[in-house]
Amino acid sequence: MSHQSTYDPQTGIEKWLDKRLPVVRLAYDSFVDFPTPKNLNYWYTFGGILAICLVVQILTGVILAMHYTPHKDFAFDSVEHIMRDVNYGWLMRYVHANGASMFFIAVYIHMFRGLYYGSYKEPREMLWILGVVIFLLMMATAFMGYVLPWGQMSFWGATVITNLFSAIPLVGESIRTWLWGGFSVDNATLNRFFSLHYLLPFAIAGVVVLHIWALHVPGNNNPTGVEVKDVKKDTVPFHPYYTVKDGFAIAVFMLMFAAFVFFMPNALGHPDNYIEANPLSTPAHIVPEWYFLAFYAILRAVPDKLGGVVLMFGSILVLFVLPWLDTSKVRSMRYRPIAKLWFAVFVVVCLALGWLGGQPAEGVYVLWARIATAYYFAFFLIILPLLGVMETPRAMPKSISESITKAHATTTIGGAAAQPAE
Amino acid sequence: MSATSESDIGQGSGDEQPTRRDFIHLMSGSVAAVGAAAVVIPLVHQMNPAANVLALATKEVDLSAIEVGQAIKVMWQGKPVFIRRRTEKEIEEAAAVSLGQLRDAKARNDNLSGSDDATDGNRVKASDGEARPEWLVVVGVCTHLGCIPLGTAQGEVRGDYDGWFCPCHGSHYDTSGRIRKGPAPENLAVPPYQFLSDAKIKIG
Repeated sequence: MSHQSTYDPQTGIEKWLDKRLPVVRLAYDSFVDFPTPKNLNYWYTFGGILAICLVVQILTGVILAMHYTPHKDFAFDSVEHIMRDVNYGWLMRYVHANGASMFFIAVYIHMFRGLYYGSYKEPREMLWILGVVIFLLMMATAFMGYVLPWGQMSFWGATVITNLFSAIPLVGESIRTWLWGGFSVDNATLNRFFSLHYLLPFAIAGVVVLHIWALHVPGNNNPTGVEVKDVKKDTVPFHPYYTVKDGFAIAVFMLMFAAFVFFMPNALGHPDNYIEANPLSTPAHIVPEWYFLAFYAILRAVPDKLGGVVLMFGSILVLFVLPWLDTSKVRSMRYRPIAKLWFAVFVVVCLALGWLGGQPAEGVYVLWARIATAYYFAFFLIILPLLGVMETPRAMPKSISESITKAHATTTIGGAAAQPAE
Repeated sequence: MSATSESDIGQGSGDEQPTRRDFIHLMSGSVAAVGAAAVVIPLVHQMNPAANVLALATKEVDLSAIEVGQAIKVMWQGKPVFIRRRTEKEIEEAAAVSLGQLRDAKARNDNLSGSDDATDGNRVKASDGEARPEWLVVVGVCTHLGCIPLGTAQGEVRGDYDGWFCPCHGSHYDTSGRIRKGPAPENLAVPPYQFLSDAKIKIG
């Protein structure tokens, strides 16, 4: 939250710099003395985890680019060269490939957290919208990155996804040719995807800066959804309270990350991608990476090409208008007994869509995918707008500190840790 | 510049005359807009197919080795083209279908105009407008999302209509390459091709 700067430069050089470029002051006010609600739980650590994910991806990605060849005749071999010949190349590639999955695990938890605690509501609409922009950029980056090894899934995944654009009436075919730089996914496509895959993470980093800026104007939401009333009673400085909490969460997350990298590096990938791309033979069962499966299920749930594409993109675009679809004045679903239930169903539906996207598009799977797709959209377009009017929320605490002292009276676990030394 | 600053004072007082500054704003704005447009064209167009890609736009194929009932795959513009020498039974099957039974009633034959019906006769017409029912030439790319349908090589699944079957999302094509069942919106495209001799065609 915007607050008076408390940075007090001590040394001469700090004073000199502060007068000319107050960058240390900005960092100090943003990440040291930033007043943060004192009741944030572990669901709130995923922002920090995501920042680390981005750094890991950029670092390993820049290194991989030193050894990779973006040409259709050499790409597949150069990846094997990284795996077998380059010193620690296997580690860089496995971290990068699994890092993408970790990035998406974290971003999905981060988004569900935002949904549950109403973090998209006034005055945090821009914060949420920028988050959706980051999510879209992440999807584009991940998709193009998956094409680079030039395996069978790379090639056919790229073919299916770029063909989505041909569903656009009138100009669709021209757009597809323009994206390909030819008449099919070919060398030109691979080359430009490499260029853009290198570019977009820096675009993401840029939007992340805006995202944090938009976070620091109104300040963090918190599990009660009640705004900070008294900075002294309701907040603690970001450092050391949340640097430690985020740091701990990041360490635990890294343990899981390392477990994948070292013990099951290919568990989240597809074996067909270890077969070199062959434009004359489509694998029997094309599936995208796991993090796209839910959207793939929506695409396939519709028996019409354009309709499927529209719904698939619509399922993300609807998030942009979510702040205006949810009519409830109460932010946190903690105090919304009915909304909480619908939300639980929504989470299950999203997971179910993810599972259905990996199944063949036939028979009962299609039926279930249709039901799940209908619920997905109904949640945003019908349930949330209506609930805001119809639901009677539970009584909310008057302030963040009151919610803690009450919780503290009933249980000694958790409450004690959140008490700042005043 | 003293003249403009004098006239600026008069602005907002009611009777506004275009000043030299207005003129400069307008002119620099137009130059910027035209300049931006001129820059965007090469920036966007560079991503369209390059000259070497366009140069590979035609392909000659020798048909003499294909027996009746066989089909082959050739590459044209980076895409497979299916050439099937159809049996009498396959031709009859394709010809027996009425237009009402078709999902896509357009011929989708680049050798014809866009409005022709998807009769089997129209599907097998080459650039000279002559139908050769024995030879079916189609682009082997599913019109749904671009997978390669099965059914060309011997032993592959041919789908419910004895033509091709796309394993990705379950589209079925008949012996004339027309979509009959599944999510694909259009018939398999017939590429532009001409018969150079009885046993040789040029695609593209």
